[in-house]
Amino acid sequence: MKFVRSKIAVLALVASAVPAFAGDMGAVKLRNCTWCHGESAQGYGPAPRLAAQRSQYIENQLLSFRTHSRDNPFSKQYMWGAAANLSPRTAHYLAIYFSTLPAKVADDGDKELSAAGRALYEHGNPDSNTVSCAVCHGPNAEGIRGIPRLGGLSYYYLKRKLEQWGEGYDAAAATPMPRIASKLSPNQIEALASYLSFVK
Amino acid sequence: MRVISIRWALLTAVLAIVFSTASQADDRDRTDFSTRGLQAKIEYCKTCHGLSGQGYHGFFPIPRLAGLQTEYIENQLAAFIERRRENKYMYDVAHVLSPATRAALAKHFMGLNAKPLGGAPRKLVAMGKKIYEDGVPETNVPACMACHGSEAKGQAAIPRLAGQLQDYIVNKLVNWNKERGQDPKHPDISAIMLPTSHNLTKSQIAEVAAYVSYLQ
Repeated sequence: MKFVRSKIAVLALVASAVPAFAGDMGAVKLRNCTWCHGESAQGYGPAPRLAAQRSQYIENQLLSFRTHSRDNPFSKQYMWGAAANLSPRTAHYLAIYFSTLPAKVADDGDKELSAAGRALYEHGNPDSNTVSCAVCHGPNAEGIRGIPRLGGLSYYYLKRKLEQWGEGYDAAAATPMPRIASKLSPNQIEALASYLSFVK
Repeated sequence: MRVISIRWALLTAVLAIVFSTASQADDRDRTDFSTRGLQAKIEYCKTCHGLSGQGYHGFFPIPRLAGLQTEYIENQLAAFIERRRENKYMYDVAHVLSPATRAALAKHFMGLNAKPLGGAPRKLVAMGKKIYEDGVPETNVPACMACHGSEAKGQAAIPRLAGQLQDYIVNKLVNWNKERGQDPKHPDISAIMLPTSHNLTKSQIAEVAAYVSYLQ
């Protein structure tokens, strides 16, 4: 009973935070997100943390699930269905809501790879024509506008996302990422994912 | 004796053919390699500067390179390496490039003719055009047109501004004294813009940058 009541309290909070969510519909939509992304949207397994993510990025991703241009296996399995019936307005408010939640740092990478990951993140590798991640994602991996925050996301999610571009998924993304990530070696991917999982 | 000399002649001819073929193959390998190497470098530049060199809005505004003069691009790449121009990302990129590669990259980007990326507030354009063409006499701002040209296509080491990203130009003019001319022992052409960057107000900078960002 206490459990149920706390859920209701959370939903009420959400409804008051984003006016468009006032009413049952908004609460139901939100509950559909938090089943997998977690009550405070800190992410779980393959479902990434949404808390403190850039709202424009979340909104763009919801749209790309609807149009099926984001097509990696988990997106297909879970997010295509989840986003299919979201109105653009609901997607917009969900994105704003999640972007305002405080984020916890995943802290789950390999500490020994962190320094190498940081060097690659900041400098790229000019000899092998690998660009610096910081130029677009920001010096502290904070993201901007439609470019996602990467700092503190989970090692597992970051690693899989980077690998998926190399496997040919999400190739329609209108960003340079498919071209960049498909050239990264497994070691470079592990190092980057480790470093980023520790960034506050 | 005659037989021997014919043999020698044959042997010499065969050897000559073998060696010349081998050296041709070497040359071809070298050419292929440098063409491939250059192509990879061009793609590397375009990862951030856009597939048509049109620029990109990353965390930092990444400038348009399409149609920029070779002299300007080469001078800037040298400035990154010599720390006359402060930019840690471009230092990383540029310091491994040979002068010949820099020249080839500059030539490639000068030859591109991408559409402007756009995105600047249209309402600033009219005022920006006035500043671009007339300057701001009361604060000693000369007409931009005088050096950058009536169509903002630039000349020699003075950059083309047509189609350049508005936020990039704003960012540069606001930070001119912190990024350009950073080696006092080796002053460069960037000194020309220093007084003007001080004399323009922030809103004037935004206006003039919006104007040129839409020029084709």
